[in-house]
Amino acid sequence: MDGREAVLDKYSGRVFKNRKDHIVQLDEAGVSKQIAANSRSVPGLMINRGCCYAGCKGVVLGPLRDIVLITHGPIGCGYYTWGTRRNKADAPDGRNFIQYSFSTDMQETDIVFGGMKKLHQAIKEAVEIFHPKAVMICSTCPIGLIGDDINAVASEAEKEFGITCIAYSCEGYKGVSQSAGHHIANNGLMKRVIGSAKDEVKEKAFRINILGEYNIGGDGWEQERLLKKIGYEVVAVLTGDGSYEALTHAHTANLNLVQCHRSINYIAEMMKTKYNIDWIKVNFIGIDETIRTLRELAEYFNDEELKKRTEEVIAEELDEIAEERAFYQSKLEGKTAGVFVGGSRSHHYQNVLKDFGVKTVIAGYEFAHRDDYEGREVIPDIKLDADSKNIETITVQPDEQLYHVALDKERFNELRKNNIELEYYKGMFKDMGDGTITVDDFNHYETEKILEIFKPDIFYSGIKDKYMIQKKGVPSNQLHSYDYSGPYACFKGAITFARNTYLSIYTPAWKMLTPPWRTQSTLEGTIGDENYA
Amino acid sequence: MLDMTPKEIVKRKALRVNPAKTCQPVGAMYAALGVHRCMPHSHGSQGCCSYHRTFLARHFKEPAIATTSSFSEGACVFGGGSNLKKAVKNIFDIYNPDIIAVHTTCLSETIGDDLNTLIQELEIPEGKLVIHTNTPSYVGSHINGFANMMTGFIKYLSEKSAVDNGKIGIFPGFVNPGDMHELKRIAKLIGAKYIMFPDTDGTMNAPLTGHYEMYPKGGTTINEIRQLGGARHVLALGEITSAAPALEIKRKCDVDSTMLPLPMGIEATDSFVMALSHLSKKEVPAEIEEERGQLLDIMVDSHAYYGDKRVAIAGDPDTVLGLASFCLELGMKPKYMITGTPDQKFTQKAKEKLLKYGVIDCIAKANTDLFELHQLMKNESVDLLIGGTHCKYIARAEDVPFVRAGFPILDRYVHSYMPLVGYRGAMRMAELISNALLDRQDRDAADKDFELVM
Repeated sequence: MDGREAVLDKYSGRVFKNRKDHIVQLDEAGVSKQIAANSRSVPGLMINRGCCYAGCKGVVLGPLRDIVLITHGPIGCGYYTWGTRRNKADAPDGRNFIQYSFSTDMQETDIVFGGMKKLHQAIKEAVEIFHPKAVMICSTCPIGLIGDDINAVASEAEKEFGITCIAYSCEGYKGVSQSAGHHIANNGLMKRVIGSAKDEVKEKAFRINILGEYNIGGDGWEQERLLKKIGYEVVAVLTGDGSYEALTHAHTANLNLVQCHRSINYIAEMMKTKYNIDWIKVNFIGIDETIRTLRELAEYFNDEELKKRTEEVIAEELDEIAEERAFYQSKLEGKTAGVFVGGSRSHHYQNVLKDFGVKTVIAGYEFAHRDDYEGREVIPDIKLDADSKNIETITVQPDEQLYHVALDKERFNELRKNNIELEYYKGMFKDMGDGTITVDDFNHYETEKILEIFKPDIFYSGIKDKYMIQKKGVPSNQLHSYDYSGPYACFKGAITFARNTYLSIYTPAWKMLTPPWRTQSTLEGTIGDENYA
Repeated sequence: MLDMTPKEIVKRKALRVNPAKTCQPVGAMYAALGVHRCMPHSHGSQGCCSYHRTFLARHFKEPAIATTSSFSEGACVFGGGSNLKKAVKNIFDIYNPDIIAVHTTCLSETIGDDLNTLIQELEIPEGKLVIHTNTPSYVGSHINGFANMMTGFIKYLSEKSAVDNGKIGIFPGFVNPGDMHELKRIAKLIGAKYIMFPDTDGTMNAPLTGHYEMYPKGGTTINEIRQLGGARHVLALGEITSAAPALEIKRKCDVDSTMLPLPMGIEATDSFVMALSHLSKKEVPAEIEEERGQLLDIMVDSHAYYGDKRVAIAGDPDTVLGLASFCLELGMKPKYMITGTPDQKFTQKAKEKLLKYGVIDCIAKANTDLFELHQLMKNESVDLLIGGTHCKYIARAEDVPFVRAGFPILDRYVHSYMPLVGYRGAMRMAELISNALLDRQDRDAADKDFELVM
């Protein structure tokens, strides 16, 4: 029985039938394999997925610092997304709403008689007390069921209070995971925010947006530091330490950098259509990957000075970390890892592990789609199911005023030929080795089995399974929230990541799991009764 | 920090800002985790279950197991019956609990899933059990969810008995495993026979051995919940949290109960000890009296640092009342006592307590939020703030010493092992409070005033 079969062995017929296509064993790197993804979870399995609201409010909109983001619904949803994703924000003008949680705290009567009046009143109070630049509303499960028209309330509020007010129908039950919520959030931002400043595009500057970077533990800040050091101008980050204000100008960038492909490829695509901004898949997690990314960026802009500066900065940064890098490599070389997180990170982190000689033997995503595993070339083959069809898809048209010429076709093709990830994402599979296993929508039971079969030296996951993994004697670090550490991005971040990994594996406590009395006797006895002799 | 909070207090009717409560299901999940070999099950969409598990894992630094019915749009239209059926089969197949404790979410409540009927229609394996409770998120708070889940267990399992089995039921309230452990220790010292329900001591503080047990030792057993119906008496601790299950055990099994405050501080612990002694017909042992005397010794030794200090306390209603009780015993003056849970009993209880100590200018409020507390503190500040982790932002913004106590504590370790109840718990509280105040005194002291002894 191979690893995959052993994991599936316990399942009853029905569950087996469902799960078998979500677990793939890769026998040969590079050979394409199909995986089932972005489909409904099996009821009763202890999974790690969140909901549509979590993706919309929790992930994409949550990090915006200069807006009042009201959760319309009972108190829980707003409460759980309050400061819990560690997306740091720093408002130079002091207008930082990240430390706040706003909710309509729906009561039974609101459910019975409708919550629209309460929502309107809540917006009014928010405007009067906080004077925000914009108010956004995210709905939770019961809102869709009782039929509150949050869009109507929002447009009324816009007129009445003279602010931007945007509603997102991101009820938790929509779609099959938080992925649906990313989509809804992105649609709303695209329709109402991005490009709304209407300012003209500046040609030939190295102006970029960073997409799908949520500034967990300050990752986005580290990327900005590096990029600015080279000479780039960061127009907007979507949405780590993001602001409504910056987003309105996002269309003026010359290139979009896509970090988390899953949560934001929609916006990258739409901005290409509407403003002709090219996008490039980047990865700032890992030393070699950061170098690759920086070189590809320089290649894209094709400026000699920029290329030169890029190499100087790379050399400088490498030099700064050289000593620590060597130390952690000496400690981590040859170790094995499991990497199970939401989207993209499970791929990105394999690269930084590789930097330190750690092999990823098992990996999985919580809410990815097939293209995140198999690469964007499979997108035309992905069959939409009913749950996905329920999520609004918007089409955008070229903006007559703001559409601008980026690369000419010839250069674009030339770059693509050189394997630069322009408007392409290769997916996780191509970077995984022989015999490795990938699990989509992994669950508690499978995680346990996988730990037993593969016995990795360290397992990266989230808080829900972290403690279970450690109880099994395997060190576990969180990759959703970095265990209150970070940043993990770029050169210095790689060292922080390696240090945390090293500390987890080498903590002296692991050597003390077995109490000494289990192996050494504490009782001194005699055979029989001494007096008897 | 919290720079957008204005000093001027405007009356709000609809907008909740920085809540001091969360929703029912997470409380229900926690209660179910205090039952041995029980799988909590969330009947609704996936996100709720994920959020609740995350929150409990973060507070306890422990795995918080629970499954979900994984509703998608279809289930919202056609009802969640088929999802529950599939879920229950899979849970018994894969995770093999003895009992599944189902709680609802605002989604399954709003579509009106009738859990009574749905559960009757399930195929449940021989010897296994499925119970449920209704926990609509738009009513009450996590405290009510906790109480409702206890009530659900009693409704399904507790059996009326003609004979008193001599055991004292202890409903510990929404407290940490460390608190439950301490309550049991006191009962054991007295020699009382007891059933602690629920009991997360052992389940939410399981040891690290290198072997993961999905159902660790610990937790109230199904048999014990059955036996609650024949208990001599129930001590329902936390008058707001434990009232509903106490009422249910009386209604269903005719077991009388005494409502007591959470045993925090001298007086409340005295009441608990007296009740245990009275009911078990056992004398209070010297060891307990010794602990009590030691606590008093600490309070007298350190009294100078607390006297007349103004304190703001935020959190769950019974916890706030308990903490306030001890603060008053220390000679402190509660200035604000707030909870998010909407139960007016809270203000009434607070007033009684404050009156007894002659404190007249304390604002005690239920159904409010941390934003209001912060605004109040901006208008008139305090010397100390006690509450869960979310309060740390206010403490920093207003530069007020801060003691973490209650739920949730997301940014510190060890708290869930250490009791706040009993004389030992009070000793620890005295330590936390005096350390916070003395650390501040040291921090604010000029070099020339920075001293070694006190």
